[in-house]
Amino acid sequence: MATNTNKLIQLKNITKSFEDGQVVLDDISLDIYDNEFITLLGPSGCGKTTMLRLIGGFEEPNVGDIIFMGERINDVPPHKRNVNTVFQRYALFPHLNVFENIAFPLREKHVPKDEIDRKVNEMLELVALKGFEKRNVLRLSGGQQQRVAIARALISRPKVLLLDEPLAALDLKLRKDMQQELKKIQKATGITFVFVTHDQEEALSMSDTVVVISEGRIQQIGTPIDIYNEPENAFVADFIGESNIVDGVMLDDYQVSFSGHVFKCVDKGFGKKEQVDVVVRPEDVDIVSKENGMLQGVVTSVTFMGVHYEIIVDINGFKWMIQTTDFVDVNENIGLYIEPDAIHIMKKSEYSGMFGDYSSFSNELDELSDAESEPEE
Amino acid sequence: MSKMTVKKQEKMSKMHRAALAPYSVWSFLFILVPLIFIGYYAFTDDNFVFTTENIVRFFTATSTVTAENGTTSEVHTYLLIFMRSLKLAVISTVICLAMGYPIAYIISRASPKVQKTTITLLMIPMWMNFLIRTYAWMTILQDTGILNSALGALGLGTVHIIGTESAVVIGMVYDYLPYMIMPIYSILAKLDHRLVEAARDLGCSGFSVLRRVIFPLSLPGVISGITMVLIPSISTFYISQKLGNGKFYLIGDAIEGQYIANNLHFAAAIAFILMVILLACMAIMRYFTNKRVYGGV
Repeated sequence: MATNTNKLIQLKNITKSFEDGQVVLDDISLDIYDNEFITLLGPSGCGKTTMLRLIGGFEEPNVGDIIFMGERINDVPPHKRNVNTVFQRYALFPHLNVFENIAFPLREKHVPKDEIDRKVNEMLELVALKGFEKRNVLRLSGGQQQRVAIARALISRPKVLLLDEPLAALDLKLRKDMQQELKKIQKATGITFVFVTHDQEEALSMSDTVVVISEGRIQQIGTPIDIYNEPENAFVADFIGESNIVDGVMLDDYQVSFSGHVFKCVDKGFGKKEQVDVVVRPEDVDIVSKENGMLQGVVTSVTFMGVHYEIIVDINGFKWMIQTTDFVDVNENIGLYIEPDAIHIMKKSEYSGMFGDYSSFSNELDELSDAESEPEE
Repeated sequence: MSKMTVKKQEKMSKMHRAALAPYSVWSFLFILVPLIFIGYYAFTDDNFVFTTENIVRFFTATSTVTAENGTTSEVHTYLLIFMRSLKLAVISTVICLAMGYPIAYIISRASPKVQKTTITLLMIPMWMNFLIRTYAWMTILQDTGILNSALGALGLGTVHIIGTESAVVIGMVYDYLPYMIMPIYSILAKLDHRLVEAARDLGCSGFSVLRRVIFPLSLPGVISGITMVLIPSISTFYISQKLGNGKFYLIGDAIEGQYIANNLHFAAAIAFILMVILLACMAIMRYFTNKRVYGGV
């Protein structure tokens, strides 16, 4: 957790639109603290990369200010900012070997030779690439290129490291290793990391703070646990993990009605009879016999996922997803039991009714849409 | 791999070879055979008996030249001509590079539409015959030509250019500049813009990005540009005759002169020596670029 409360970067009411009039960022405000691992999370085209480019100095906002350590830096060019970037697909210099790529920023500052040697060696050690000094960067594996890019960006000890989907091009296993390693490097160096990704799992497992962005607007800022357990609206609930999102009515504090049943819950402070969105995570639903269930439904599909089964249950025409280790059969009538603290109530938003119904769900479709979400330019 | 695909591949490669056949025959007849003939003629005498006499003559033939102040001196005729050709060719190449690189860079940074238009404009003069283009320069550079009329009209006096080395260099630069711009442009246009952003991110100012990233990465283009300008300008013959008023006898003129005088064997010998020297230059250049740029051209 970030214990430091020193604001390093402030984005103040930033609006950015491109020449064709398309609004990419719409009145964004965000504080980034010293020594923090902060992740900008959102689907392709949500504006997260543009936010990074604004901080890096490659774009200027149309409206709003970027404050870096108390100073407005809107028109400071990239080479004068104490911020470095790890680019998507790394952007290593193909005419330079590993050593010279990492030494690149130091040569620009005419650092003495023995100091360059020492610092590059330190970096090579940090990213576990000792012995690769003379290698051609194009002959390295994706993971190794990644490490060179990180070393090159860290060698001038920037206050902030910007990472633009750095793991997107790596395979799953390598990706998991690099996640651990990035986290370790961040801890070891104490540099603020601003990490951009569209992978929610990555965001949850690495970050101190997650910023969920959609359509150029910040949907929620919080710790990974907050974001998962207390999503602010249907978009966040759906984007982070799996969720069943149903329409409900708040009857009173701690009492909500949905799917034809009145449930106890742990939320309060809503108006009487207020229409709300109710989120129930698939892993929080218990399957019981039909008679003992709060809700009753028919199983329409069962998929074996290894650790658990993913089953779809039709309850009054609304399809729920439930993750369970108990086996049930298709067409079986079952009962569902939901604990009060498994129910999360959200205010209605523009995203209400768009997500959280599994009636068109299939694993295949899900994978297809994952494959389509290419990293944005 | 299944049998089917192997068969298919064999069929494909057969078709490829068949498609290549006309080109192979053409290259053999019009590139390889003439080269063999040049070699054969260079090392034989009029009776087609082996001799190194022609080669030796290139290096040893002397003549007497009279300088403007009336003093005479003995010089190695063909070595002198070769050095003069080399000098003018190097000057033209340097000027082409100094002009061509910025032009290529500016074009490569323009919008795609502007890029297309400028490249077409650059190519249009190349569709005209090079003799006609050279004649055009004669009418521009003559003492009573367009240039001097313009200067006179502006009250700037006149300049005498035609018949000087400058006129020859102007002609060569004009003719060969597109050959410098095109290969450099094609490399710069393909340059990954993220590398430029990365360099700026890592502390490079604008000029520094050019010096440390863009220029080194465009070296293969620069080398092919230099090759494509240096080689034709070293062996050029017509420009020197028309714009130099025949005062600057170049190695190309020497080959042409010997050929017209029916000294085919000596003409072949000069051509042969020129070719060997140029091949050696190219090999050396290639060696250095490959060393500097990973992956080479």
